[in-house]
Amino acid sequence: MKKYLLKRVLYMALTLFLVATITFFLMKLMPGTPYSNQEKMTPQQIKIMNQQYGLDKPIWLQYVIYIFGMLHGDLGTSFQFSNQPVSYLISSRIGASAQLGVQAMIFGVVLGIIVGSVAAIYRNTWVDTTATVLSIIGKSVPNFVLAVLLQYYISLKLGWFPIADWGGFSYTVLPTIALGVGPLAETARFIRTGMVDVLNSDYIELARAKGLNKFGIIYHHALRNSLIPLVTLIGPYTVALMTGSMVIENIFSIPGIGEQYVKSIQTNDYPTIMGVTMLFCFGLVLIILFTDIIYGIIDPRIRLTGNED
Amino acid sequence: MGERILDVNNLEINFHTYAGDVKAIRNVSFHLDKGETLAIVGESGSGKSVTTKSLMGLLANNAEVVGGSIIFHGEDILKKSEKQMQGIRGKDIAMIFQDPMTSLDPTMKIGRQIAEPLMKHKNVEKKKALAQALEILKLVGIDNAEKRINEYPHQFSGGQRQRIVIAIALVCYPEILIADEPTTALDVTIQAQILDLMKELQRKIETSIIFITHDLGVVAGMANRVAVMYAGQIVEYGSVDEIFYNPQHPYTWGLLNSMPTLSSTDLQAIPGTPPDLLDPPKGDPFAARNPYAMKIDSEEKPPFFKVSETHYASTWLLHPDAPKITPPEEIVRRQEIFKKMQASAN
Repeated sequence: MKKYLLKRVLYMALTLFLVATITFFLMKLMPGTPYSNQEKMTPQQIKIMNQQYGLDKPIWLQYVIYIFGMLHGDLGTSFQFSNQPVSYLISSRIGASAQLGVQAMIFGVVLGIIVGSVAAIYRNTWVDTTATVLSIIGKSVPNFVLAVLLQYYISLKLGWFPIADWGGFSYTVLPTIALGVGPLAETARFIRTGMVDVLNSDYIELARAKGLNKFGIIYHHALRNSLIPLVTLIGPYTVALMTGSMVIENIFSIPGIGEQYVKSIQTNDYPTIMGVTMLFCFGLVLIILFTDIIYGIIDPRIRLTGNED
Repeated sequence: MGERILDVNNLEINFHTYAGDVKAIRNVSFHLDKGETLAIVGESGSGKSVTTKSLMGLLANNAEVVGGSIIFHGEDILKKSEKQMQGIRGKDIAMIFQDPMTSLDPTMKIGRQIAEPLMKHKNVEKKKALAQALEILKLVGIDNAEKRINEYPHQFSGGQRQRIVIAIALVCYPEILIADEPTTALDVTIQAQILDLMKELQRKIETSIIFITHDLGVVAGMANRVAVMYAGQIVEYGSVDEIFYNPQHPYTWGLLNSMPTLSSTDLQAIPGTPPDLLDPPKGDPFAARNPYAMKIDSEEKPPFFKVSETHYASTWLLHPDAPKITPPEEIVRRQEIFKKMQASAN
């Protein structure tokens, strides 16, 4: 297991390095400069600015400097956001995004498992049909539409939760629902399909022949086996939600990382683009590793192959 | 044998399908005595499995019991609620399934899987249940049981898995064990081991077995009595010697003829296919495939004719007015052996 983990960590480092390299050069290919009012600047001013931000050096040297800095934990200084270090920008904004992402995932996955299981247990009845239709709606309605609807009806009309901004837990409820409905629908669909298969399997019949009741069969035998396909889905979803959903953060005025990412791309804020991309990439490779470990915990057949590796 | 523990009377089961009602079980009656093994033999779709599932209350959702009764301990199982059936399943009546590769939960340690019925029915706490699971695991012949009780199904071979399935079925010492083709999915050498194990455990645990199979070869060494099923009905039943050496129903003849023996030179398949049970034929359902069929076979269903105290067959050939026919060569040979057996017994 140790050897396996070490190998995985080395691969992760390699992946991060490759992503950093590719992103760096792709980014430099983008048209435009980081300066918002370049046409009003004299060539002299542009030269001074370029010198100040290190943009006058050849691109390969900029790359070497960036990678060197990254290895020392220095992600550079943002061009846009009041010249703050990118690492500070990220760390001050990741909290809100991560909290929302985790809440949305928990909300979506837990409810999704329940809805999917109920649909599978009562398959081909009105319960199943209702769940399926709701899943399709949940999957196809964009979350910003839902966000606006929630703001209008729940906040404005009913006044149950704040309409926007970032404060206590009550501020997170509506964005959590808006973000969580996607994973909820997806999870419900996955669990429903998986569990229908599982419920038709021989070992469920054996569990019934043991005299177990419905709850015991679902809880002890069906659920765990239905969760296996879901694990792959949840990992990347979590990262995507944690690193911020730009639109939702905008709608609810949440000081998260997604909003910043969009702005940085629009303005060629190279260090911020790199920083957020690397954060996303790091989260993803980490989650993939966790996914594989969780796989092993849920499914003993995979655990053993992992050991032999 | 002795005490009667199960009585199935005039059981009728229909399956609702889009095409109409499939009359899967039609007027089936049999009984089971304490400690004996009853084999139910028949080809695929003859209703063997449906019959046994009704004993467990595990029929599919679209199945409906239209008539009959299943008397166990003086009470009709068919009238019991799902909750009451949960108390019987796995405790009084347990079941071994056909395919050991798929009948164990792949994500649960086998010790827990064996202990589950104990925890459910005998209110044994987990630790004690696992200790008892270890005992039964040793009893079914799993080597190194102390270590292997913590392993998962994929770490066992097919034969070992079937031993584990048997352990699960027997852990509560059930009065009736239903074995639904328990050796069909196994290699022939493993088959023999599993059959020996079942016989040995039957003696130790004193359980009665209902043994479902399509393989008459397996029946001979296993059963005390045999019931032959065809198209949802029992067509002949008797002691194992009576069925093997003095069969009366042409369908039983066909089954025996299609089974290899040391003296057989060629195997004969039964021509044709079973009737469509959506619309079962009026008379003897085997008539269309029966070379000895008479006119009455397609008009009226034959009643059971008594051959001996224990042996009955449902064929018009046994009617006193029926013409005398000569059964196939192999059957004549068997009946001669039967006569010798009877002579030496007297």
